[in-house]
Amino acid sequence: MKAMFIAFVGIIVIAVGADQILHHAGFAIDEVTSAPSVRLD
Amino acid sequence: MARISTKFLTLLVAAFVGLTSVAVAQTVPAPGEPRAETGGAQTLADILRRQEQQKVDDSFRRDNIGNPETAAPIDGQLGTRGGVSDSEFWRAYRYNELDELGTVRASAKGPSGDTSVTSVVIQSTGMEWLSFRKGPLKDYGGYLLLGTIGILVLFFLFRGRIMIDGGKSGKTITRFIGIERFAHWTIAGSFILLALTGLTQLFGRFFIIPYLGHEAFAPIAIYGKWIHNNVSWAFMLGLVMVFVMWVSHNIPNRLDLKWFAVAGGLFSKNVHPPAKKFNAGQKVVFWGVVLLGASISVSGLSLLFPFEMPMFAATFHHLNDLGLPQLVGLDPLPTDLAPQTEMQLAQAWHAIVAFVFMALIIGHIYIGSVGMEGAFDAMGSGQVDEQWAKEHHGLWYEEVTGKPAYHDSHPAE
Repeated sequence: MKAMFIAFVGIIVIAVGADQILHHAGFAIDEVTSAPSVRLD
Repeated sequence: MARISTKFLTLLVAAFVGLTSVAVAQTVPAPGEPRAETGGAQTLADILRRQEQQKVDDSFRRDNIGNPETAAPIDGQLGTRGGVSDSEFWRAYRYNELDELGTVRASAKGPSGDTSVTSVVIQSTGMEWLSFRKGPLKDYGGYLLLGTIGILVLFFLFRGRIMIDGGKSGKTITRFIGIERFAHWTIAGSFILLALTGLTQLFGRFFIIPYLGHEAFAPIAIYGKWIHNNVSWAFMLGLVMVFVMWVSHNIPNRLDLKWFAVAGGLFSKNVHPPAKKFNAGQKVVFWGVVLLGASISVSGLSLLFPFEMPMFAATFHHLNDLGLPQLVGLDPLPTDLAPQTEMQLAQAWHAIVAFVFMALIIGHIYIGSVGMEGAFDAMGSGQVDEQWAKEHHGLWYEEVTGKPAYHDSHPAE
């Protein structure tokens, strides 16, 4: 069962890491799905 | 008195001329013609057809964009500047009939060229998407999942747990090594999270808000969306890993036909068709996961990066070239899609694939846990009982151990 628990921890690490990377790269979800990205200003 | 009569007569004439001009400009249908009861506007029949997802002839709206040549003069009653009323102007705007605004896409059916999302002012397909999402998608998706669970319950009541016919031997053999189990649980764990949060996004409005209220659902939806967006990367990593590690074991071959011929022995005791590392049923799951997983990943990426990765116009273009829509009696698929329409199609496709995927995985989870004795050990500890291996993967057992799995004639030959 060790592989399963390591995988679950890996999922958490990847999710948090992805959030941080996308945030710093300017691709945070709250940025790309809100003005000015999607609205006519 | 004569002056008053003259003025009144003038007004009458002006009114007649004005009304005639308006009648020409708006092309009000005569009694008996379609939409005469609403003066040419939308009727109850139109609304009902739209609600039932039927095609509505919108020419009464699309073509009603005014005509300066026949409009009332600016100094006449009901005369408009430029001969076009506000309503007519916005209808023309919506249907891209304003030549001077050629670079602005006003709707999904406008001219191609400018694909930037901010060039779209009026977008018509949003309501179609919303109707599909809260109608057929929710209903048939729900039926599929409940139906799958129902079938498995019936199967369990009919067949019971599939036991090791020869009984446990007490000796084990390594079925999956650590990295294989890690990849499996990475994709499995992330899939469960994605499925639960995806279902929450779709069904929350109907099954959570009525019981918990908006205030309670809001954080569930927000955190659920965060989980869905970010856990998706683990899913894609796991998908790549299992594909690389297992694709060579999942190439279809003649053994699969033998497996299918006896339904893998699922419905009868002491029937064990020969199989290598993966039997035909597992190959179906593998290719289902790979193909559905790849498709849902692409549409998911399209949703993760809005308007950056449109894919349906190109896909439809290829399908039209192949003649597939025409083959089934459909018109060619639209290839001039507004960016918002691309997003709506991506979301709809993402959800459709997700429902099929979830139905497949529910079956996989069943047979890998309560449905079959000894199956969970393969992914739990990685060690399976030798008798289980002989019965379900006899040829693989022979390859790994060098010992015979079958007492009588070799079933693979």
